[in-house]
Amino acid sequence: MLTKKLATAGLAAAVAVGAIAVAQAQEGQYIPVLSYRTGAYAPNGTPFANGYVDYFQLINERDGGVNGVKFIVEECETGYKTDRGVECYDRLKDKNGGATVLSPWSTGTTYALIEKATNDKIPILSMGYGRTSSADGRVFPYVFNFPSTYWSQATAVVQYIANETGGLEALKGQRFAFIYLDHPYGREPIPTFDILAEKFGFTYDKYPVPPATMTEQKSIWLNIRRTKPAYAIMWGWGAMNSTAVKEAANIKFDMSRFIGNWWSAAEPDVLPAGEGAIGYKGATFNGAGTGYKVFEALKGVSGLKGGDDMGTVLYNRGMVNAAFVVEAVRLAQEKYGKGKHVSGEQVRWALENLDLSAEDVEALGLTGLMPPTTVTCMNHEGTNPAILVQQWNGNAWEIITDWIPAMTEIVRPLIEQDAAQYAQENNITPRDCSA
Amino acid sequence: MLYREAGQFKTSYSADQAMLTIPLDRVFVVGLTIFAIVGIPLLASEYLIASILIPVLILSIAALGLNILTGYCGQLSLGTGAFMAAGAYLAYKIATNITWMPIWIVIPLAGLCAAAIGIAFGLPSLRIKGFYLAVATLAAQFFLLWLFVKVPWFVNYSISGVPTAPPRSVLGFDVTGATATNEAKYLFVLAFVIALAWIARNMARSRIGRSWMAIRDMDIAAELIGIRPLPTKLSAFAISSFYCGVAGALWAMCYINTVEPTAFDINRSFQVLFMVIVGGLGSVLGSFLGAAFIFLLPIFLNSAPGWFGYTVAGDTITHIEFMLFGALIIFFLIVEPHGLARLWQIAKEKLRLWPFPY
Repeated sequence: MLTKKLATAGLAAAVAVGAIAVAQAQEGQYIPVLSYRTGAYAPNGTPFANGYVDYFQLINERDGGVNGVKFIVEECETGYKTDRGVECYDRLKDKNGGATVLSPWSTGTTYALIEKATNDKIPILSMGYGRTSSADGRVFPYVFNFPSTYWSQATAVVQYIANETGGLEALKGQRFAFIYLDHPYGREPIPTFDILAEKFGFTYDKYPVPPATMTEQKSIWLNIRRTKPAYAIMWGWGAMNSTAVKEAANIKFDMSRFIGNWWSAAEPDVLPAGEGAIGYKGATFNGAGTGYKVFEALKGVSGLKGGDDMGTVLYNRGMVNAAFVVEAVRLAQEKYGKGKHVSGEQVRWALENLDLSAEDVEALGLTGLMPPTTVTCMNHEGTNPAILVQQWNGNAWEIITDWIPAMTEIVRPLIEQDAAQYAQENNITPRDCSA
Repeated sequence: MLYREAGQFKTSYSADQAMLTIPLDRVFVVGLTIFAIVGIPLLASEYLIASILIPVLILSIAALGLNILTGYCGQLSLGTGAFMAAGAYLAYKIATNITWMPIWIVIPLAGLCAAAIGIAFGLPSLRIKGFYLAVATLAAQFFLLWLFVKVPWFVNYSISGVPTAPPRSVLGFDVTGATATNEAKYLFVLAFVIALAWIARNMARSRIGRSWMAIRDMDIAAELIGIRPLPTKLSAFAISSFYCGVAGALWAMCYINTVEPTAFDINRSFQVLFMVIVGGLGSVLGSFLGAAFIFLLPIFLNSAPGWFGYTVAGDTITHIEFMLFGALIIFFLIVEPHGLARLWQIAKEKLRLWPFPY
């Protein structure tokens, strides 16, 4: 009897699951989100994901999607782990007519997905992270990393230090400290720093922070106190950032000489250090705060996840990421048919031909948040200046410089060299971009 | 009734020494293998093959490797991730520098390199035991990963430091790289799994396996009956590292497609150790059950609410996943300390009597 009952219950459950699966299939641009709201990277991952999904919610509710095509957003929790990211990608990529664009939000996951996504014809938008050499669009047609790469960012940070200390010549003989997450992400700018160090005659000490013990940095900062570097540069993420800022404050390091990259300078990174964090600097490409037009539009929107995160550096950056996706979909619809679902391949074309002027950005209400961006077939990092520098004043991040350009003449040959090596190892014939 | 030994007589030594003496077992294992080779590639979805079966099979190889060392020979190791990394980095190095070499030779060769490293780190096992040995293998974990990251030679001086698996083919089918189909990768991995599991099963019940178990159960007694501890322990380290090296090479080449150190960090070592403990120490079957359980449970817990139409926020699911996962591991350790393999054995014994218990 019991077995019969169980079998009936099982059958009923199976039917119910089937019915739900049918109900879920609907028209729309599908956006899978590989978020990480748990684990050591959650303080940074959560506001970023919130900004990303809220912007799609805004577009869906205010505009009814792009020309009537709504976005279907689904999150998959990765915990910033590469293998879970790959699993999430495989689980979500074919749902609802296929993923439109993928933003992996992890350099490790981006590396792992480049070939898969290229094969599946799903564009990857690794906005300001990921594989730097994917800026060479001839070898990496499906991968985009505008508005700028880590290598460009590294050169811009050095340029900023030079501006502060009296020109590039003044770098000679200086000693810097480079604190980085010991992960593909943190190691990414090292080759560039090596070349810059040789070219401008400065030296730098590398301080890798292992992901497993990233909240234990005592010995690193004791070393820094002993060696007295002129500047400390950080490529950190997650709980590592706030630890580093706290430790730097503990050894009374001059915070105005401590510069984080744009993933190491947000509110969760400085708030735990309290007063000690005042003066800490970071690169960015988007403003912080809620004093932008788009936030007025957000006021009436229902079901927002942001809450207290709204206006934070990473929330705003998540919105910018979503805005790039929305504009790419809009551009794809202009070419392939307004009001129609566009495929990953069509969005890829749009990303490659994206040309957002300052006026376009103003029309979106994103001036000050989204940098004007022009992407070309050759150049997937966009032909834009690299960074702004912002400083923490104890309450908010203030942008204190104008755009600082990257040293393209140093970075571009490196990108092409790495891309060429990749193409050779993987039997890829680079596309011809002159056509 | 269904499953019985009564009336099955063995009339020759070879029948008595067969790997699976009960016909029903034989039918089941052979059937399952044939189904895995023929049925799965035809029937299973891309997601099931690419994201479930391939990683579970690869981790099963790693769990087999650790089971040889920890389960059979009794040497606790926390260096599994490092030996996997050794296999992955050296497979990449060999595959890209000796391009004519077929990939099915490259991967065992990378395993041999890992075995050599394993022997080096196994040397202290003669003098130190138990938790102290675990600490010594922990040194391997940190040292090897540091080495592979530090020395750019291992990644062909690639600027990014995270090289991509080069495309290679077997019998005209691509098995690594972007162009490889999931089915081809799966069959390639499966071939290694079948061969290595078969070898492990036979090693376990031959002289070498018995000497491992003698060392595990009481090393002084084993020494007294003429088992030399050093070669025995080192052979366990070497073979275990070989298995882990092959698993690491396959993980990088056939699953995540890149050779990245974070895939082989200390958490991987613990993950494989949990697989062996939950699956069953000293059991080939347990390695497979443990790998499947530890790898699939989080994914199952993560996607289960979706199947029933509930939408739960991703972070809530993950927190529940952590709690349930911890609870289940404790549950298993209390209720069945010998692992899932023992549960299977109990089920088999029950089936011998079913449906007519005494």
